[in-house]
Amino acid sequence: MADNTSMTTDQRNIMKFDPKAHEIALSTEDLHVFYGKSEAISEGDLQFERYKISALIGPSGSGKSTYLRSLNRMNDRIATVNGKIMYRGLDINSNDIDVYEMRRHIGMVFQRPNPFAKSIYENIAFALRQRGMNNKQELDEIVERSLRQAAMWDQVKDDLNKSALALSGGQQQRLCIARAIAIKPDILLLDEPASALDPVSTSQIEDTLLELKQNYTIIIVTHNMQQASRISDYTAFFNLGKVLEYAETGDIFTNPKVDLTNDYISGNFG
Amino acid sequence: MNAKRADKLATGILYFVAGLVVLILVALLGYILVQGVPEISWHFLTSPALAFEAGGGIGIQLFNSFYLLFLALLISLPISLGAGIYLNEYAPQNTLTGLVRTTIEILSSLPSVVVGLFGYLFFVVQFKLGFSILSGAFALTVFNLPILTRSIEEALANIDDNQREAGYALGLSRWETVTKIVVPAALPSIITGVVLSAGRIFGEAAALIYTAGQSAPALNFSDWNPFNISSPLSPMRPAETLAVHIWKINSEGIMPDAKAVSAGASAVLIIAVLLFNFLARWLGKRLYKHLTAE
Amino acid sequence: MDKIRASLLKKSVATKIERRGKILSLSCLALIIVVVFLIFYFVASRGLATFFENHINLWQFLSGTQWNPGTTGTNGQPAVGALPMIVGSFLITILSALIATPFAIGTAVFMTEISPKRGAQILRPVTELLVGIPSVVYGFIGLQVVVPFVRNTFGGSGYGILSGTFVLFVMILPTVTSMSADALNAVPRYYREASLALGATRWQTIYKVVLRAAIPGMLTAIVFGMARAFGEALAVQMVIGNATLLPQNLVSPASTLTSILTMGIGNTVMGSLQNNALWSLAMILLLMSLVFNLVIRYIGRKGKLNNER
Ligand SMILES: Nc1ncnc2c1ncn2[C@@H]1O[C@H](COP(=O)(O)OP(=O)(O)OP(=O)(O)O)[C@@H](O)[C@H]1O
Ligand SMILES: [Mg+2]
Repeated sequence: MADNTSMTTDQRNIMKFDPKAHEIALSTEDLHVFYGKSEAISEGDLQFERYKISALIGPSGSGKSTYLRSLNRMNDRIATVNGKIMYRGLDINSNDIDVYEMRRHIGMVFQRPNPFAKSIYENIAFALRQRGMNNKQELDEIVERSLRQAAMWDQVKDDLNKSALALSGGQQQRLCIARAIAIKPDILLLDEPASALDPVSTSQIEDTLLELKQNYTIIIVTHNMQQASRISDYTAFFNLGKVLEYAETGDIFTNPKVDLTNDYISGNFG
Repeated sequence: MNAKRADKLATGILYFVAGLVVLILVALLGYILVQGVPEISWHFLTSPALAFEAGGGIGIQLFNSFYLLFLALLISLPISLGAGIYLNEYAPQNTLTGLVRTTIEILSSLPSVVVGLFGYLFFVVQFKLGFSILSGAFALTVFNLPILTRSIEEALANIDDNQREAGYALGLSRWETVTKIVVPAALPSIITGVVLSAGRIFGEAAALIYTAGQSAPALNFSDWNPFNISSPLSPMRPAETLAVHIWKINSEGIMPDAKAVSAGASAVLIIAVLLFNFLARWLGKRLYKHLTAE
Repeated sequence: MDKIRASLLKKSVATKIERRGKILSLSCLALIIVVVFLIFYFVASRGLATFFENHINLWQFLSGTQWNPGTTGTNGQPAVGALPMIVGSFLITILSALIATPFAIGTAVFMTEISPKRGAQILRPVTELLVGIPSVVYGFIGLQVVVPFVRNTFGGSGYGILSGTFVLFVMILPTVTSMSADALNAVPRYYREASLALGATRWQTIYKVVLRAAIPGMLTAIVFGMARAFGEALAVQMVIGNATLLPQNLVSPASTLTSILTMGIGNTVMGSLQNNALWSLAMILLLMSLVFNLVIRYIGRKGKLNNER
């Protein structure tokens, strides 16, 4: 049996929720992710509380994106994902789960804005229509509500038929958020959604996320420590494919238990 | 200096060679246009050919060429689209896929006579379709499939993966993502490829002489019921095309004004190919603009 | 009770669409592959009949010089000697490639190295356009211009290997030129810069660096042109004279595999020796097209190895 206290280089501090006090929306158990033979995630057991924002931080290449993309099985074709991903009492990493249906409930926003080469309206309405919603009025309402939630309705309400590719980078990213929430997912995964944006757009997106928190469970990867401390309730620190620390954001930033976490957030890492 | 002189000499020779090639190519184009354009008139473009007297036109052949082109594209486009999608979106990277790609390459490098002869054996004889529009359209389809598949596959490969991921993240299946997002985004280059292949089909003759046949029976342009044999739309009638016509009258040599007719028909062919080329470029650009911003 | 939970365990619409779509697109691909096999099967089954049903000796077929299937030749054997056509096909292919190569490469070098501006603005579009000119048009011009020219210069009828070669030379020129230009353009800029920086003249740079690096690509272009020349039917058939005689010189009527095929298929009865023998010619065409394909592949693979080194 390994004795944790003796392994100073492998210090870990992972918070577990008390199921009576916290509702857990998503959790991973014994998760291992491989790209070919190389293991990109070797320790990644986290629980995410419902209607909270959880941030994943860590140095480049530490496996944050790999972990996040495994959660809604975007890595299915790229990597081998072993272990359990628990959602509503089901292991969604198993073969009997309908992946496409699952992704409607666990949505994702990417680092690089990727609107479709369609109109702003179509970007949002498309997936809904694809699932059989053809009522124009209903669609209009959802488009408006999603754009409002993404805090961009006022900017684009007159240009809904314009190509989404004509929007600015920040607007495109908010459109991608609007598109993701239009199908009303349960959980929203975001991979550095603001890293390509200017400070103003960034803070708008942060406001949007804080707004969305009321109805969505949000898991966000970020390189920006201030951003994590500003918006997240919980923070997980990744290093070399392992989660080393997971705690309330306030604790992580003021009183990290793991030396490496401390080094990382104080900026003298390595 | 030796090297300097060699450089000068070589440059001179290159100028000469390039000039000569340009001269040949321009002379070629010029010859066809100068000989042919004066022959082109409304009468020439619309009236039927005459076998033994001068003054015939190319009306039926021209119609046949377009009709065959249309049918060939109608059949080959969906098949190529499906095959291109499978190759680019689904096919795993393994030996079998490599073999499949090689097979398609072999098909695209087959001489068009061979395709025509196969069409003769398979469609005309085996399936008893006879020398007909249908046999011709199938032969042209065989001829066109590999080219179109390749160009569609390439067009799809050029679409950024982040478009696909966007689709998957919304719970769309790969098929929905490809057909509704990736294909529309690739449409400009797909259309360019289709129009360019149309130019090739339009001028093809060797694949047609034993499939669509070498005769152009009179058509009744007031009868558009495809089930009547004299209807322009009838798929079971033999249909000599413009390109086949040029070959035919030149190798038979009974038409007194064969030279004038061939010159005119050649000019029409060239102009059509030119138009297809310009159309391909223009449409591609236009659509691209339309997609990226309105 | 938990609707979402239940929905995760059912097959969604998307999953059904996905299955159907995947099968549909796979069938399209399979159809193309089947067509290729059908082509080979049909042509081979007819072409082999000459040897297995009509019991023609393969060697006689390849080396015989008399072609008049259905009759007996001077040697008392059936007159199914395909050598005249085989020689004709190879002769015009090799000759036209030999003539086209220097022109094509010279023009490609001019286009990419000497005057890239004019190359891009005029030469390139023109050559690319000419690639698409239908082959019957080449045949027609050959008939109107080349044949009379050869007749007036060398006497005879004007029909023959030489006319065929000229026509094919012009026909493959645009293809070989534009593919060679692609090969030259693919040579990285810094090769040239390094060479020029070492004090080499432009010509030395082109000759010693650029052309060398582009050899595989240009070879591919030439073989591609040859494949096209070998398989061309109508343009050649119109100017070669179609006499099934072993060519004695370049200006007497001769024939190629394709020209005899196009002439004959319509005039023979399915299943007869005359007809089967023609399919044997088609089979040679098919095999040669495979050979060209293999050669192009081989060059491509070698080129890749060289570049990696
Ligand atoms: N598609 C892939 N194939 C192979 N290896 C990959 C792939 N994607 C990521 N990796 C490797 O997995 C490890 C984790 O990468 P990941 O992208 O998850 O890191 P990250 O924490 O998101 O980094 P960043 O902050 O730079 O985005 C890295 O070593 C990376 O090289
Ligand atoms: Mg990342």
